[in-house]
Amino acid sequence: MLEIKNLHASVNGNEILTGVHLKVNAGEVHAIMGPNGSGKSTLAQVLAGREAYEVTAGEVRYNGKDLLEMSPEDRAREGIFLAFQYPVEIPGVSNTYFLKAALNSVRKYRGLAELDAVDFLAMVKQKMGILEMDKTLLSRPVNEGFSGGEKKRNEIFQMAVLDPKLAILDETDSGLDIDALRIVADGVNKLRTKENAVVVVTHYQRLLNYIVPDVVHVLVEGRIVKSGPKELALELEERGYDWLKEEEQVKA
Amino acid sequence: MVEKAAKPAGERQGAQIEQYLSAFRSFERGLNGESASPIHAVRKEAIAHFASTGFPTTHDEEWRFTDVQPIARAPYAAGTPGTVSAADIARWTFAGLDANRLVFVDGEFSERFSTVRSVPSGGAIMSLARALTSGDAAALRHTARHARYDQDAFTALNTGFLRDGAFVHIPDGVSWDEPIYVLYLATGRTVPFVAHPRNLFVAGRNSRCFVVERYAALAENSYFTNAVTEVVLAEGAVVEHDKVQEESLNAFHVGSAHVSMAAKSNYTSNSFAMGGAIVRNNITSVMEGQGVECTLNGLSLSTGRQHIDNHTTIDHATAHCNSHELYKSILDGSSRGVFNGKIFVRKDAQKTDAKQTNKTLLLSDLATIDTKPQLEIFADDVKCTHGATVGYLDAEAVFYLRSRGIGIELARDILTYAFASDVTGRVKIEPVRAALDRLILKQLHEGRRLEGL
Ligand SMILES: Nc1ncnc2c1ncn2[C@@H]1O[C@H](COP(=O)(O)OP(=O)(O)O)[C@@H](O)[C@H]1O
Ligand SMILES: [Mg+2]
Repeated sequence: MLEIKNLHASVNGNEILTGVHLKVNAGEVHAIMGPNGSGKSTLAQVLAGREAYEVTAGEVRYNGKDLLEMSPEDRAREGIFLAFQYPVEIPGVSNTYFLKAALNSVRKYRGLAELDAVDFLAMVKQKMGILEMDKTLLSRPVNEGFSGGEKKRNEIFQMAVLDPKLAILDETDSGLDIDALRIVADGVNKLRTKENAVVVVTHYQRLLNYIVPDVVHVLVEGRIVKSGPKELALELEERGYDWLKEEEQVKA
Repeated sequence: MVEKAAKPAGERQGAQIEQYLSAFRSFERGLNGESASPIHAVRKEAIAHFASTGFPTTHDEEWRFTDVQPIARAPYAAGTPGTVSAADIARWTFAGLDANRLVFVDGEFSERFSTVRSVPSGGAIMSLARALTSGDAAALRHTARHARYDQDAFTALNTGFLRDGAFVHIPDGVSWDEPIYVLYLATGRTVPFVAHPRNLFVAGRNSRCFVVERYAALAENSYFTNAVTEVVLAEGAVVEHDKVQEESLNAFHVGSAHVSMAAKSNYTSNSFAMGGAIVRNNITSVMEGQGVECTLNGLSLSTGRQHIDNHTTIDHATAHCNSHELYKSILDGSSRGVFNGKIFVRKDAQKTDAKQTNKTLLLSDLATIDTKPQLEIFADDVKCTHGATVGYLDAEAVFYLRSRGIGIELARDILTYAFASDVTGRVKIEPVRAALDRLILKQLHEGRRLEGL
């Protein structure tokens, strides 16, 4: 589904991604862990098409297509969804309005009829139920004045509405209490099928108890330095990242 | 430049001024017996004032960023108004607005298209010319008493040619909730002309009313609207005054509103400027008693080579008054915007609470704005804040929308619309608010898709 080869990316002339290799197949869950500032969000944003990051080398193929050639909106329409680490507040645009514009843009691209107001609302209510979201959040401006937890929940709610093939969750667990974490993780799991894949960026093992990964990768200084089974996450939780950094230095 | 500035206005602008003086002479001839009335003495004084000052130049501090030479040197001719149909009027009536309406065609009152079904007892909704000739006490008492013609050339010109416009008088204690709609429609007459609309809205003690003033055009012809509106609020009066300016893109529009507010009155102005080649809006509001609430909201949308200038003055002349001001501009193409917001807090105006916000959204690299908050505070126990921002659409927000599958054009339009709706949302008359929303959507690329949402 997703194949990243030797990806290099910089922002304002600073190289942040220094050669990422990653392959994700349909039906899989991958976790990406790593110290602060190692480039996890950069990787996620580059995959979603953020123009502030310049890709200087490497390639990314998504379902056989050259992902880097595609506009951010086309990536979304092709089924990529990024749950932002810091969801953006958009004053003056209601959540409903925003979601409807998004859903209908995606449906149109996929050759589906636009949903009318009644069907849209029914669908939205059902997805809100899954995430146990407060209905008043629908009429409020996108993310404006939402608590940290509400913002994260809203991201997964949008994901549920848009029904992506490849979901990238960037620290969706941070800022969630244990109950909210379980609800959000349940929401993600409900959306899992053999056809779609999830990449979870996290600092903590606890989310991975709910969304169990097939592979865990460790990103250090802009590249994946170690990959392993889900037990690797436990080891990282215990030992931190320094030993990996040292291993890197030894290799170099 | 220096040489020019040193010469008196009359010499510099001889031909430009003469055009108006000769028009004034023929205007006088047409007045017949009315030229003996006290109003005519005011006209003569005002035109004399204009003759001595001429048009302002960019050397005048108040006109630094707005060059009115194209307005001043354009030739205008007198003539009869063009024709409009009932369908034209219907098109320029706010859908769903059940209102008494006064219609002016190319500046002339249209008896035929004006419909006044009900008038508050003891009050009036009629043409100002009729009110003055019939000796309406409120009209005579207030006309030309509030707009100072000795301080502004355009107000002087308007006062010189003062004859007609909309007159509304709501008597003491009457809550008149049915909006009053005043429409100035330009027909697309091929010969350029000047209109000097003169409006007077008088709200009695503890009365309430809603007035909507709209300037629109059937074609993109050139003409010059030089309007003056006087608004008088007696003690405890509440007035919402909406102005929607959609002149032809080749027209000039100078509109000045002068608002006098007695104690405990509450005035709200919502001013929308979208049309016109060169536009200047002045609002001067003076708090004459304590406990006044004054709210000035404004939104400008411009593109191409349009120039829209908003000058506001809030004069806190007395204590315990509040003012709230929000002016926004959206500039596209190579249009230019100007905002000047003066707030005076006089020595005795203790416990003043004044808040001014000015926000500009630039949609193009070629658009520019000159913005200047001007707070002059002479009292010490006051709360005054102001803030101005100028910027492009937030790149992070655009990306966020795109990352959800929304195309770049629609994403930009959604954010632009949201910026504007912060002001349109403040209009209390629902049909006007809805019409403004549609007008804004029409200006956006993907407006039709937005409307469907
Ligand atoms: N827009 C930016 N401008 C400058 N530096 C940036 C920008 N975005 C990220 N960085 C830098 O790139 C590095 C990686 O950041 P990020 O991808 O957010 O790391 P992580 O998500 O792993 O904590 C950090 O050193 C960060 O300061
Ligand atoms: Mg991060």
